[in-house]
Amino acid sequence: MIAGMEGLLTHYTYIVTIFLMVSGLFVVIARGNMVKKLVGLGCFQTSVYLLYIGPAKILGGTAPILAPEYSVYSNPLPHVLILTAIVVGVATLALGLALTVRINEAYGTIEEDEIFARDMVEHANSEESAS
Amino acid sequence: MVITLINGVLLTLMAVVTIGIVRVRNLFAVVILGSIYSFLMASIFMVMDAVDVAMTEASVGAGISTVLMLAALYLTKTEEAPPVHSVALPLFVALVTGAALIYGTLDLPPFGTADTVMHTHLGAKFLADSIPDTTVPNVVTSILADYRGFDTLGETTVIFTAGIGVLMIFKGRSKRRPETESNKSDAA
Amino acid sequence: MKLDLILRVMTKFILPYILVFALYVQFHGDFGPGGGFQAGVIAACMIILYGLIFGLPAAQAIVPQGLVEFLIPLGVLIYAGTGVVGMLLGGNYLEYTYLAHEPSHGHHLGILFVELGVLITVASTMVAFFFAFAGRKRT
Repeated sequence: MIAGMEGLLTHYTYIVTIFLMVSGLFVVIARGNMVKKLVGLGCFQTSVYLLYIGPAKILGGTAPILAPEYSVYSNPLPHVLILTAIVVGVATLALGLALTVRINEAYGTIEEDEIFARDMVEHANSEESAS
Repeated sequence: MVITLINGVLLTLMAVVTIGIVRVRNLFAVVILGSIYSFLMASIFMVMDAVDVAMTEASVGAGISTVLMLAALYLTKTEEAPPVHSVALPLFVALVTGAALIYGTLDLPPFGTADTVMHTHLGAKFLADSIPDTTVPNVVTSILADYRGFDTLGETTVIFTAGIGVLMIFKGRSKRRPETESNKSDAA
Repeated sequence: MKLDLILRVMTKFILPYILVFALYVQFHGDFGPGGGFQAGVIAACMIILYGLIFGLPAAQAIVPQGLVEFLIPLGVLIYAGTGVVGMLLGGNYLEYTYLAHEPSHGHHLGILFVELGVLITVASTMVAFFFAFAGRKRT
């Protein structure tokens, strides 16, 4: 449990992590532009990296590359998990951007609301011609 | 103490950049802010002794991601439309989620303590076994490619799949639809 | 278009160092920070920088599209193949103990091969992303 000012200092990393996560979530929900959504998703994703790397650090320790001069190292396991997650993150980002470009070619816009509106119009037209 | 201070300053800068990302409507500026965000994140990883992760974040987040985002902006539009819906509901969802998550962090150990479960069990085992098992002093590499080799094989397959997916999205022609304008430009 | 002369000259100057740094990160990854993922991205950055400054056709003259599409699965196959070789030599899948006479040396060798596979897949995928986006016409 934390107590007041000291707790704020020792938990500052977590608090900022949560703030980044919540901002990313807010952008993904509130903004309709697809590129903006992807940037927000990136914020969310990066905050998860911070959530993993933060607890792995030991004050007074060093990077997990073994050498006789050091004895305290930060925990290497979260580093491995996040290392692969970053590269997978850019791969999925590229996939999302490719879909965005294709949507722009098909609809002429990357705003969610305009895409929905166009879909509604097309749907109504096809029902009219069917009946 | 110095580490905590540097860390705090960098984290505050990141929070400021994030506010910029949320508020700015010019997508070009958003992408550049995203690049700054990634670079600050790489610096924080550096301070937190995660050198491999910092290197990856600096080259991937600030490098490749930005180039891909700018390429996508060139192919689409650079200005976001003004918001039409009220932001009250998303703000409420975000605040409730944030409050729940902050409540969850109260039980986490303070930053930088050594006697937590994650440091005394698996992490300590890997640090002790890496040299006898594999002769590799960089423990991150030995876990990545050896102890968790199967996991990394999966990650490599994900990257492979994403690469194939992008090539398919850009090159593949759907067979059901008749020849449209965009399909013709694909073939060219 | 004469204004980018400095960029062109400096790019040509800096390209070999980027490649050498990528190889350093790859093969020194056992002893210092680095590994297949980072080296792959840095190597891809070299091609992307060249493509940004000199144009897509020049970049595709160095690394043809067909080569990139061949290398993406090759890296995964090298990775998976290392596991199969370990299995054929009497261990489990992705167990490197039997790759050399000494078990720890076998592990070191296995890590090198696996990182090579990661390097090839990551580098060629990133280059493929860049080619895909840069080769697209504006609508």
